[in-house]
Amino acid sequence: MLANVLRRLVTVIPTLIGVVIVTFLLTRVLPGDPAVYFAGPTATPESIAEVRKSLGLDQPLPEQFARYVGDLAHGNLGNSLATGRPVLAELTSRLPASAELTLFGLVISMLIAIPLGILAAVKQGSWIDHTCRVVATAGVSLPVFFTGLLLVYVFYFRLGWAPAPLGRLDVFYDAPPTVTGFYLIDSLLAGNFELFRASLGQLILPGVTLALFSLAPIARMTRASMLTVMASDYIRTARASGLSPFTVVVTYAFRNAMLPVITTLGMVFSFLLGANVLVEKVFAWPGIGSFAVEALIASDYAPVQGFVLTMAVMYVALNLLIDILYGVVDPRVRLEA
Amino acid sequence: MTDIVANTTIRPAGGAAALLRHARYVIGENPVTGLSFGLFLLIVIAAMVGPWIVPYSPLASDTGAALKPPSLAHLFGTDQLGRDIFSRVVVATRLDFIIAVLSVALVFLMGGLAGVAAGFFGGWTDRIVSRIADTIMAFPLFVLAMGIVAALGNTVQNIILATAIINFPLYARVARAEANIRRDAGFVEAARLSGNSEWRILAFHILPNVFPILVVQMSLTMGYAILNAAGLSFIGLGVRPPTPEWGIMVAEGAANIISGEWWIAFFPGAALMIAVFCFNLLGDGLRDIVDPRRRT
Repeated sequence: MLANVLRRLVTVIPTLIGVVIVTFLLTRVLPGDPAVYFAGPTATPESIAEVRKSLGLDQPLPEQFARYVGDLAHGNLGNSLATGRPVLAELTSRLPASAELTLFGLVISMLIAIPLGILAAVKQGSWIDHTCRVVATAGVSLPVFFTGLLLVYVFYFRLGWAPAPLGRLDVFYDAPPTVTGFYLIDSLLAGNFELFRASLGQLILPGVTLALFSLAPIARMTRASMLTVMASDYIRTARASGLSPFTVVVTYAFRNAMLPVITTLGMVFSFLLGANVLVEKVFAWPGIGSFAVEALIASDYAPVQGFVLTMAVMYVALNLLIDILYGVVDPRVRLEA
Repeated sequence: MTDIVANTTIRPAGGAAALLRHARYVIGENPVTGLSFGLFLLIVIAAMVGPWIVPYSPLASDTGAALKPPSLAHLFGTDQLGRDIFSRVVVATRLDFIIAVLSVALVFLMGGLAGVAAGFFGGWTDRIVSRIADTIMAFPLFVLAMGIVAALGNTVQNIILATAIINFPLYARVARAEANIRRDAGFVEAARLSGNSEWRILAFHILPNVFPILVVQMSLTMGYAILNAAGLSFIGLGVRPPTPEWGIMVAEGAANIISGEWWIAFFPGAALMIAVFCFNLLGDGLRDIVDPRRRT
């Protein structure tokens, strides 16, 4: 088991090298001179040359790349022009907000999509099956920023059930003492249930928005995979042995049908991490996505590059985690490897 | 497997009537596909003649009529500057449609050709193309698009380019797989024996066979391309105000949602949603017609 995990870790290395090369190319080689940009609007040719020298841009490309990798190894992603703080510090302080939102969205989405997919497969051709198909097609067509705004209009403005879409907590509350950085968990650890309710209230609308978006691939995959499994011989045998339909579906079929669904999660995460940026903008969520969007509008390069790199590394790590999980769930993968 | 696939290739000219019959059968069996064809025509018409048929100029502001809810004079209401939202939504169709079509056409050329070459030649070509595709796939795609637009500069051309680049792996992989299974098919061997060069085989024997499958891929990714471009302009990249474009119009109306003026963001958002829905259904329908094997 450990050997397998290690072997899988090694395969991540070329991917990470590719990611670093791409983020490097995005900063250096493409049109636009970073030296002119960093020297500011009032720069003279001499000051531009000065900046070019201090940034190491007069060096040949391979040396610039070595310098870039060296900086990365020291955790140096440059400074944000807007706040003056190191990009790494900005990103780490905002990461928990984004992570809490993304995971919450994923959990809601799986809680709805998996039962829906199972029911659609078990009762094939029924109204549940048709609902599943409509949801799967409509879900991928919805612009995530638009659904977010619709939900805000209905649940905040019309019904008044949801709090104002302005960040993680209402201004009346103070953030719980930081343990995990997740307000839901930290408020429970502090024993403050009112705070828990308040942060859950803020989290529900953006979470549901993300869930609606990622529902479709999970539901579609669960249905397809359940259909394949339900048609297999061992299910027929289990049925013929007189097991209750519930046992057959849940214990025998579901556990095997989950494998392709776990694989789909990789793609779902790609969607979710991208959609996260848009949802954070709609709900003024103080995560790394809205940080990157602000930097992008202000042409503040270092935070954007740091953001793209962080997201890519997280995505590679998530895919690795999914692969390892797959090996844990499916013993055949372990034997083959 | 090779035989089956090699035989399901483009139909000869004599089969045009059969193809039409098959198309009518698929549309007849699934009326939703017919509906999506109708919607598609409507979008194309709006994109072509939109600016000449709208009642108001999309840029003309009229502060006297600002923030009016939908009425007979202003079907979709007016925005903060009193601009007619209906006119803006219709005129925006052209820009959104052009962005989607150009980016899909671009990736069709880049990804399709690279993938076919990779699948046909194998070896180093294959290794390089697959490595590029894998590296792009290592990024969350929307995030990579943001990074590309940020680096290349904030213009509509770069939105198109970024949307094409993030779709590259999809096209390259499909084209690679389809070219690879035909590499040693009977008709390719025959062409080789009659003295055709490898490049000639690639251009006149492999490409025409992979073409219909890539066209299906185009219509399947068109919805995603338009969604992606609108998302980028929603966060303020590419299209600048006051240009009418669906994504940026939703962004302009976002602040008014919490004060109850829903129509400013709703109608452009709904137009975007319907367009994407239509492209997705159309893609499914087209796949059923061209490539029934992949039907789900």
